[in-house]
Amino acid sequence: MAVARRAQETSRRAKSTPQSLNGGLAVAEAMRQTNPDVVACYPITPSTVVVEKFSEFAANGAVDTEFVAVESEHSAMSACLAATAGGVRSQTVTSSQGLAFMWEVLYAVSGLRLPVVLHSANRALSAPINIHGDHSDTMGSRDCGWIQLYAENPQEAYDNALMAVRIAEHPDVLLPVIESQDGFTVTHSVERVDVLPDDAAHRFVGQYAPRSSLLNTKDPVTVGALVSPQYGFEVKLAGVEAMDRAGAVITAVGAEFEALTGRSANVLEPYMMEDAELAIVIIGSVAGTARVAVDSLRAEGVKAGLVKIRSYRPFPAAEMAEMLSGMRAVAVLDRAMSPGAASSPIHSDVCVALFSRSVSLPLVNYVYGIGGRDTYPNQIINVFKDLEQVADSGLPAPEIRYVGTSS
Amino acid sequence: MRLNLRELSQAPELLEPGHNLCPGCVESVAVRQVLHVAGPNTVVVSATGCLSVSTTPYPYTSWKNPWIHSLFANAGATVSGLEAAYRSLVKTGRLDDSEPINFIVFGGDGGTYDIGFQSLSGALERGHRFLYVCINNEAYMNTGIQRSSATLPGTWTTTSPFSDTVPGKLQPRKDMTAIVAAHGVPYVAQTSPHLWKDLMRKVETALACDGPSFINLLAPCPRGWRTEAEIGIRLGALAVETCVWPIYEVVDGVWKLNSKPREKKPITEWLKLQGRFSHLMRPGREADIEHIQKQIDHSWESLLARCEASQTPVGV
Repeated sequence: MAVARRAQETSRRAKSTPQSLNGGLAVAEAMRQTNPDVVACYPITPSTVVVEKFSEFAANGAVDTEFVAVESEHSAMSACLAATAGGVRSQTVTSSQGLAFMWEVLYAVSGLRLPVVLHSANRALSAPINIHGDHSDTMGSRDCGWIQLYAENPQEAYDNALMAVRIAEHPDVLLPVIESQDGFTVTHSVERVDVLPDDAAHRFVGQYAPRSSLLNTKDPVTVGALVSPQYGFEVKLAGVEAMDRAGAVITAVGAEFEALTGRSANVLEPYMMEDAELAIVIIGSVAGTARVAVDSLRAEGVKAGLVKIRSYRPFPAAEMAEMLSGMRAVAVLDRAMSPGAASSPIHSDVCVALFSRSVSLPLVNYVYGIGGRDTYPNQIINVFKDLEQVADSGLPAPEIRYVGTSS
Repeated sequence: MRLNLRELSQAPELLEPGHNLCPGCVESVAVRQVLHVAGPNTVVVSATGCLSVSTTPYPYTSWKNPWIHSLFANAGATVSGLEAAYRSLVKTGRLDDSEPINFIVFGGDGGTYDIGFQSLSGALERGHRFLYVCINNEAYMNTGIQRSSATLPGTWTTTSPFSDTVPGKLQPRKDMTAIVAAHGVPYVAQTSPHLWKDLMRKVETALACDGPSFINLLAPCPRGWRTEAEIGIRLGALAVETCVWPIYEVVDGVWKLNSKPREKKPITEWLKLQGRFSHLMRPGREADIEHIQKQIDHSWESLLARCEASQTPVGV
């Protein structure tokens, strides 16, 4: 209902066209409208749908893009790095092993402060080889110095794909962005997507104005010099400070996007949190399932609420602490594992966000959906019931709990 | 261009002095020769290696051309991205291409023969317009003299040590120049900085190609080869006279020998000046030397046959 209402507002505000698109095609559409100068890609399931569609756009002249069909993801990211250092806008698309293969290049791109945009379809990492969705790939790259945005559905994937360009290229930021959607669950699910008119999308993303360009031979620059311990720390610190500034930029770009489309794009999206007592924190497509669970619990009189993370890097720690403060208990749902760690990635971040601000409450880590395992509303309802017991017991619950496993 | 030593001696240097390459290193000699031909309207890519780390100790740089390094294994992809960026700017009228920018990569044998092999192969196959110059010093010198697939059999390196039973590196060299030629690119050549005229003519030919080109040049390394610092140029000449490093080019698939030694010298003439082969000079290593000689002879004969076959018109 909420989605439909928002969609109507959108058509009034920006005269968007509703289309039936899956998440992959929605991102391809955003890429067409962005018209990047260089796109370098290597196909990998389930992001292939984006690459194939964009290849068509490049072949039939729908974009001016130089499409480089590279021989690996390592080369895809390297070509994007170089193209952006050459003063143009570049993008790529990948999943899973592809992102893992890009690993060392991810650090080089962020370290050189090049605003590359990567469209990602989340997928499990081998072994065992598994083409289905979980967040192992992008969660594993969370320390690479890239901004990370997560979409719940094809509409958000489209929206994030456009906003990512503005965020990455903002002079206060100049960091690369990964915008992610869940493999298959979103990439291959057809939903209504309100697509901006081309000119409105063009105006929104604007032109890339590089600080310098390797292709200006009259004003030569050296990119990628060797640093000693005398300088290396400050260079890395500058990247961290840019990431800190990115939070405000994401919010500002989101507000501008909302004015254009009527669709909100906040770093955190609360649902029924005004009077909630029990809350779950979640990221990605399972937020929709969780909202159904919250609705049915509310019908039973349980004061359940939900916080969806849209920007994971930078992590909106202060906002998170404020939203969760006063809850009887909170569940953090992770779709990635960090073997041997005290908890899973998002739980760790939420934990620090609360504890470092002296917010103390029962906080439980649940891991779900690994390797593409489906998650159902009843399982989320059980998480809330579990959480109620934790709250009642008054005892800490440090162990990780697993949702939907057969054992 | 006119290749006149007097004029060249007064030409502006695009690689500034003051870098940290070792005394006697031939890399800077090679780079200066290449850039004398290419000029300032040239974007340079370096793979990680001696050259990249020695010429850009932040906040200093020796490069007067635009220059980029990011990683070890991605020089081919890096130049692909830059050349694609260039084409996109020209295509959309944002950059004037009346004087097309040259794209030149410098990679060592590690970044070219081994870890960067896939990236280079992809860039060659896709047909980007660039010149890839392999500055081949026959081992990973930047990390402290480890074997590469360009290392000759019998060579001592820190990862191919010799013992009573092992003569140093066991395997033959990879014939990288022939492998690049097999990609069917317009221009491929081998040269050596001691033949400055040959090297510079080859750079000029390569840069005129509307597609990928590749020059493999031998860069004697006093540290890794365990030689006196001042004999680098002499070692280049000896490599050609012993047929360790033949001088040839492959133009649109036609193989042509550019320099044939009047008298082919035995491999020992090349080996005996270098500490990395000194273990082979001890009594009892004659069979190992013979083994290397046979490999060099075989490569040389194969090259002559290839050049010969190339000159013969098909169907005659």
